[in-house]
Amino acid sequence: MAMDYATLKKGGFMRQKQKNHFSLRLSVVGGQVSTEQLAAITEVAEKYGHGYIHLTSRQGIEIPFIRLEDIDEVKEALACGGATPGVCGPRVRTITACQGSAVCPNGCIETEELAKELNDRYFGKELPHKFKFGITGCQNNCLKAEENDLGIKGGVRVSWIQDKCISCGLCVKQCREGAISIEDGKITIDAEKCNYCGRCAFACPTDAYDTVPGYLISFGGLFGNQINKGTLIVPFVEDKETLFAICDAALKFFEDNAKSGERFKFTIDRIGKDKLDDVIWEAYNRKNK
Amino acid sequence: MADFEIKADEFADITDVVCPVTFVKTKVALEELDDGQILQVHLNDGEPVQNVPRSIKDEGHQILKLIDNEDGTYELFIKKVGD
Repeated sequence: MAMDYATLKKGGFMRQKQKNHFSLRLSVVGGQVSTEQLAAITEVAEKYGHGYIHLTSRQGIEIPFIRLEDIDEVKEALACGGATPGVCGPRVRTITACQGSAVCPNGCIETEELAKELNDRYFGKELPHKFKFGITGCQNNCLKAEENDLGIKGGVRVSWIQDKCISCGLCVKQCREGAISIEDGKITIDAEKCNYCGRCAFACPTDAYDTVPGYLISFGGLFGNQINKGTLIVPFVEDKETLFAICDAALKFFEDNAKSGERFKFTIDRIGKDKLDDVIWEAYNRKNK
Repeated sequence: MADFEIKADEFADITDVVCPVTFVKTKVALEELDDGQILQVHLNDGEPVQNVPRSIKDEGHQILKLIDNEDGTYELFIKKVGD
């Protein structure tokens, strides 16, 4: 029987060095795995694999040593526990995410639902080369936003509420960017210096800051053979609609311009950063002015 | 907010302990008070001043004032809310 490795790879089956064995990559969204999925994965790893799993660098789970002839049974067994194979190859990969504001005290944005929404929109989408999305909830950057082709970093835009302020100065102390000053009981925030981390608001003992969550979006990150830190194009984005419009525009730019096997960063370099800037700004300006 | 004199009903010094005992000691001192009474806490710069006010606020009490003694310590005034 002729093996179509590309099709298997698309279905998450990574060929191993060992003949007729595959490491099965599973679909994990935003790093969340249910206990029901874990039970099914455990069963498959015990029955069809070598009794262990491998955790990938991007929040994925792989079950090594799955034999070619067991593939259909394995898929069936996993499906019973709500687990599905992931993807490899030239397409949108696992959407990674930290736990975000639902769980983390530093989290500025909701990440779990966002990861699911991005997954529903783009997961597995065929492209000239791999394309990675990563979501991190705040400036602590646990999920390393800028190493992804498209990175999303949560932040909050803060505004001072004078009536609630007791001029304690804690926000000034907490700000690592030197963006806040206090004079005669009045707070001034330097918008040029503010990095949307929200430390001022989180530290405030009287809730004297209003916060609006939003996204800082970076483009062209890489962390493999070549290393590049993704960079921002547009300012803080405060609504999901614009975020998705920007993601759509970035993927379309990649799809339209990339050569086969070329990562986003190199497409940007070859076509011109200004060309990408134009399409991203166009998407941004649809709602913002 | 205009400056005004706050008269404390009780005083607690938490400069002799570290996190998380700073918070615990403050909480215990607050438990001794009645609703509306004021606790003055003497605390260190750094981790205590960055965490204790916020944690106490999260417990539902009201932070009235924080004064920098400019010697590496602070005075925190807390109004107890609830019994």
